[in-house]
Amino acid sequence: MAEELTKAHELAERQREIGVAEFFSRNRHLLGFDNKRKALLTTIKEAVDNSLDACEEANILPEVIVEVVDMQNDRFRVIVEDNGPGIVKKQIPKIFAKLLYGSKFHSMKQARGQQGIGISASVMYAQLTTGKPAKITSKISPTQPAHHYELRIDTQHNKPEIVKEETAEWKKEHGTRIELDIEASYLGGMQSVDEYLKQTAITNPHATIIFTNPKAEQIIFPRAIEAMPKEPKSILPHPYGVELGILINMLRNTEARTLQSFLVNSFSRVSSVAAKQICENAALLPAAKPSEMSREAAEQLMRGIQKTKLMMPPTDCISPIGAEALEKGLRKEVNAEFYASVSRSPSVYRGNPFVIEAGIAYGGNQDSEGTVRLLRFANRVPLLYQQGACAIARSVINTAWRSYGLSQSQGALPLGPCTILVHIASVWVPFTSESKEAIAHYPEIIKEVKLALQECGRKLSSYVRKKRNIQTESKRRSYIETYIPHVSSALKELIGLSAKDEERAKILLKELLEKHRGKLESVEFDPAKNVEYDKEFAAIGKEEKEGKKERQTTLKEGDADE
Amino acid sequence: MSNKIIAQIKDIASEVYKKILKKKQPDLSMPLRALTNVKYDPKEGYFEILGKTKSRTLTASTIRTFAQTLKMMALSKELVEKKDIATKREAYYVSKNWGEAMFKEQPESDTVMDDYEAMMSVNREQIGFIPEEKGGDIAGELIVIDKDPETGKDIKIDCTKFGSGAYSVPSSVEELKFETNAKFILAIETAGMFQRLVKHKYWKKAKCILISMGGVPTRSCRRFIRKLSDDKKLPVYVFTDGDPYGWLNIYRTLKVGSGNAAHINKYFCVPSAKFIGITAQDILDYKLPTHPLKDVDIKRVKDGMKNDPFVKHHREWQKNLDLLVKLKKRAEQQALAKHGLNYVISNYLPEKLKNQKTWLP
Repeated sequence: MAEELTKAHELAERQREIGVAEFFSRNRHLLGFDNKRKALLTTIKEAVDNSLDACEEANILPEVIVEVVDMQNDRFRVIVEDNGPGIVKKQIPKIFAKLLYGSKFHSMKQARGQQGIGISASVMYAQLTTGKPAKITSKISPTQPAHHYELRIDTQHNKPEIVKEETAEWKKEHGTRIELDIEASYLGGMQSVDEYLKQTAITNPHATIIFTNPKAEQIIFPRAIEAMPKEPKSILPHPYGVELGILINMLRNTEARTLQSFLVNSFSRVSSVAAKQICENAALLPAAKPSEMSREAAEQLMRGIQKTKLMMPPTDCISPIGAEALEKGLRKEVNAEFYASVSRSPSVYRGNPFVIEAGIAYGGNQDSEGTVRLLRFANRVPLLYQQGACAIARSVINTAWRSYGLSQSQGALPLGPCTILVHIASVWVPFTSESKEAIAHYPEIIKEVKLALQECGRKLSSYVRKKRNIQTESKRRSYIETYIPHVSSALKELIGLSAKDEERAKILLKELLEKHRGKLESVEFDPAKNVEYDKEFAAIGKEEKEGKKERQTTLKEGDADE
Repeated sequence: MSNKIIAQIKDIASEVYKKILKKKQPDLSMPLRALTNVKYDPKEGYFEILGKTKSRTLTASTIRTFAQTLKMMALSKELVEKKDIATKREAYYVSKNWGEAMFKEQPESDTVMDDYEAMMSVNREQIGFIPEEKGGDIAGELIVIDKDPETGKDIKIDCTKFGSGAYSVPSSVEELKFETNAKFILAIETAGMFQRLVKHKYWKKAKCILISMGGVPTRSCRRFIRKLSDDKKLPVYVFTDGDPYGWLNIYRTLKVGSGNAAHINKYFCVPSAKFIGITAQDILDYKLPTHPLKDVDIKRVKDGMKNDPFVKHHREWQKNLDLLVKLKKRAEQQALAKHGLNYVISNYLPEKLKNQKTWLP
């Protein structure tokens, strides 16, 4: 029987594998390249994140140089250079020109990067919009030469394509430099590169960032703390957080020969006793061979894990910023009357430990109209987009701010002259998308953020209450002073006081009435009181007064996503 | 007289100033103007003021009123010195010159004025202020001798010659003199009833003087009735609605004075007055059409039983109020019209006047 040529065969002709790079090049918005303005930010963000991660891993105080050069016609050259440990020659092409390649995905450790997509996505975006290859220079030791590469991504096969490769002279002892030509637009405002770098400086006081903007102006964010943050430790995944598919993979690939040793060696907080307990709860033999286990057995194992009481994961893998450093950063950015900050003790969602930190700056020269300003950070990285979709915003909305002295309508951010900062540090920050803009709504996270905010809120409310009392009192005093002259002038009319006596009566009356009220504490905002406030720093990224035109252009381009 | 007033004003102000010089909080003290500060002495026949005073100490919360009281005193001093007068409303407008110390509403300035008046323990005419409201309407067998404001000559006003209209009691009655052949004075609550009696010349038939009080009688109306009844030795009968307001507010105030004017009741009461108006018993006896008692009426009765020294003294009044509460009804003067429009003239008043047992003290 001759093979019939069916429609399915016809369709089969057109069916083929989709390269991951190909997929992302079509869906670049998933990676944060939705529009020109955001593309510039994302490119710089990915490079800076990598630089900071690299420096911290090598225990080097970071010094990151960022340069954006206007190449005309909406094209910009982005240069990011660090003093990190450098990258060995053979890894350079894969790291920069292969998607989903990296060191961080498989390790349970607090880091900025997670998926191994970021920088190679930027390279791909550059290639897509300007056709230019990425230029990478890296040096790992003063005694070795630097390597220079020009790279492209073979999007079909998600493979690096080396355009040029050479050794080069570089004065730096070690470090990495990337240069990308991309289509972009450079604008100020709350979602600008300037704002991103400034916020990065707030939560990374141990880093120096030198930024040269397209107007060739140099902005330096100098290091504020001469000490590295506590190095986060890498931990094994906790059994509570593992998913079935991953568990099956782990079982297949483990070198352990028994189920018991697999459990002990692949997970944190599983002792051999606990492993036995899991096996018992799963009705599996501890001596079973992991590589021979069926899908059904893996599912049994999952249920066994859930049934077994295990210690929560270790939390020393997290390196929070600390309440004090956080407040210091806020003081630099906002000149307020009152500050409060808190660093919560670690908590766990789906087996992943995390820490929530929050800070509040109230009053001062902040705008008292409109909603509060919310600054969100994840593993020290500022989150500038997708505020509405973020668990942090949800928590802020869910907190009852009215009892803390801010006004708030149902289901909305509070109103008032206030900046709220929230930082989540975790071995695995659950973002809602690859562009890493919003935190997923895990109830544990929402709850912890809320608790942190409430802690700050309580401090805030006692300040706001005190301020209100003093204001009532001073109103009352000015009330007194309004009527004193009427008392004395009436006395003058009644018993013919001289002008001098009238004056005297006024003074005596004032003394008399204030004697009973005690000394009045001043709550007038003193802009000079906060010595840490840096006016120029605070102005960075803020649109100028006449920047309204700019904003309109922004809207036209569909740039403003919030 | 006016010199004495000015000296008194200056004394009060000097006290205040001295206290200030001594760095002590000055205060103004005045008799408490409330029913709790009066006692009813049946011999004297009016609400006598007791010793309770309230004092306004200068503090942050009282400074505005304190300043206003002093300002009001200064205004009064000026008025007395210049022998001028100002109405309550005019005084309120004068305050608009006082900057922040001005009165926002007239009730505010009225209260301050009443306090000041009590502080001085005089009638407000003596300190330069006169009331707005007219005193009441008069018709009947009476000639009032007043003075021409320009020439100062006597003018005789014959209250029988107003036709269907009436003579109005002036705001100041101290200088008036009277001539009359009437046998009694009949004080009437409503203008409507007064109109009916005037139209049918009841005053001629009964040889009396009719006075329309128009609700709670004003001070000058009270003073007029008192003066007239004292000068001409005339009994005073009061004819009001059969409800707590007519009895406890209108009649009681006319007869013995009020808590609010405790400091001047002595001159502004008519202790000889007798009540011949609608009683609770009348409602039954005359089968009058009624309205249900309102909550405010019941409250007024309870309040009177508990706090009004006049009610507490007279069992008859207590019985009357009790009966009313039991009936849960009230009746107006005009309800007599049920028996014919002129029933009040032909039957009710003659019967009541004849039978003293139906009166209330």
